[in-house]
Amino acid sequence: MSEQAMLTASGLGLQFGPVTALDDVGVELWPGEVLAIVGESGSGKTTLLNVLAGRVKPDTGRIEYRDPAGGAHDLLAMGAPALRALHRSDWGFVQQNPRDALRMRVSAGGNVGERLMAAGARHYGSIREIAADWLAQVEIDPARMDDLPATFSGGMLQRLQIARTLVTHPRLVFMDEPTGGLDVSVQARLLDLIRTLVARLGIAVVLVTHDIAVARLLAGRMVVMQRGRVVETGLTDQVLEDPQHPYTQLLVSSVLQA
Amino acid sequence: MRRLEATGLEKAFVLHLQGGVRIPVLDGVDCALEAGRCTVLAGPSGAGKSTLMRALYGSYRVDGGAIRVWHRGAWVDIAGGDPRLVLEVRRETLGYVSQFLRVVPRVSALQIVAEAADGDQERAEALLLRLNIPRRLHGLPPATFSGGEQQRVNLARGFIGGHPVLLLDEPTASLDAENRDVVIGLIAEAKARGAALAGIFHDGAVREAVADSVLTIAPIREAA
Repeated sequence: MSEQAMLTASGLGLQFGPVTALDDVGVELWPGEVLAIVGESGSGKTTLLNVLAGRVKPDTGRIEYRDPAGGAHDLLAMGAPALRALHRSDWGFVQQNPRDALRMRVSAGGNVGERLMAAGARHYGSIREIAADWLAQVEIDPARMDDLPATFSGGMLQRLQIARTLVTHPRLVFMDEPTGGLDVSVQARLLDLIRTLVARLGIAVVLVTHDIAVARLLAGRMVVMQRGRVVETGLTDQVLEDPQHPYTQLLVSSVLQA
Repeated sequence: MRRLEATGLEKAFVLHLQGGVRIPVLDGVDCALEAGRCTVLAGPSGAGKSTLMRALYGSYRVDGGAIRVWHRGAWVDIAGGDPRLVLEVRRETLGYVSQFLRVVPRVSALQIVAEAADGDQERAEALLLRLNIPRRLHGLPPATFSGGEQQRVNLARGFIGGHPVLLLDEPTASLDAENRDVVIGLIAEAKARGAALAGIFHDGAVREAVADSVLTIAPIREAA
């Protein structure tokens, strides 16, 4: 229990004109845990993810990132180059639409290898070997390594994005609705893949989802957001089996039983 | 030796979608679990047996009281709700067997059980066989299994971890006589290795076979 939080945010506030996107939000993330941020669209969950990842600046608040050596970094005071370096090495970001993250005119293997090179790898042969290994890990036939992503299905594209993100062994990955927009059968495969890889690599994940079943499957803890505020937080089974806040009770009771 | 000690537990559910009606379920409940003994929770349906069980496990938050667990050689209070402490206690000390298996797509029965035993596939396989899950099913995800088969996979997962404290919420609900006897055997073995158990059993024969003490939960009388 002596371990320190890896990411600590407090007092986050953000106003988009008349709309309050974040209202005094605080979040803590511990090494190796999966934290789900749930809520309906417009609740501020994706905004919170982008703020935590340093992609959007909040009006108020503080975010501290603790590196593996224990050094604390004030994320909001960090310059753009330092932030980019962090995203290239320690961090990863998985977008809902893989086309936003992948380079569609570069081969599948190239997409994975590119991130490795950005993190400093130089040896072509070993980059190709590692890329092939990662394609296999996300269940893409390495024989398709030189194919363009444009020839891939939606589920394959999302798996390719995950390979591209994890190839540098980040210790913290942000995920924005990673299974959104996929067929249910494709979703199941992707969820199982994420669950297995995250557990095996010991990665901490901040996961935004509107799907409570996804949160239940992947997350140890949950944060429930409504209108820019965190209305409830706790262990996933606590929040889902004994929801306290009226909004969480509505959210949980609205799920259709399969 | 005492392994778990709950005192003064209070729990009410507030149903915001039903006009904020408040349903009190636990009102000052005490419960102590001893190593090598099984405490059976008794009381009429709706008295709060399952609520107590889930409160002890931390799935339900309590409004008052303490839940102390003997963990890593010291007493820790998990009613305070530090989520990381609760997760650590669940991993190492406090196990729970629910009535239903929550299946994960694509994960096989064997994997589900082995994951609860640090990946020990041999022990997982042996326990599944003992619970009469034939080998040909081990590699399949339990989504397509019958209710009884799913429940037995769930039991294997719950018992294989060897937790020092084990909570059993109607573990024999959908089992035939043969499998019920296997579960009685597993409970006896858990007691023999020094585990402290608490269980809800609707089946009188199981209760008779495993109970060392009975804790009766009385329903809260409605205030006039």
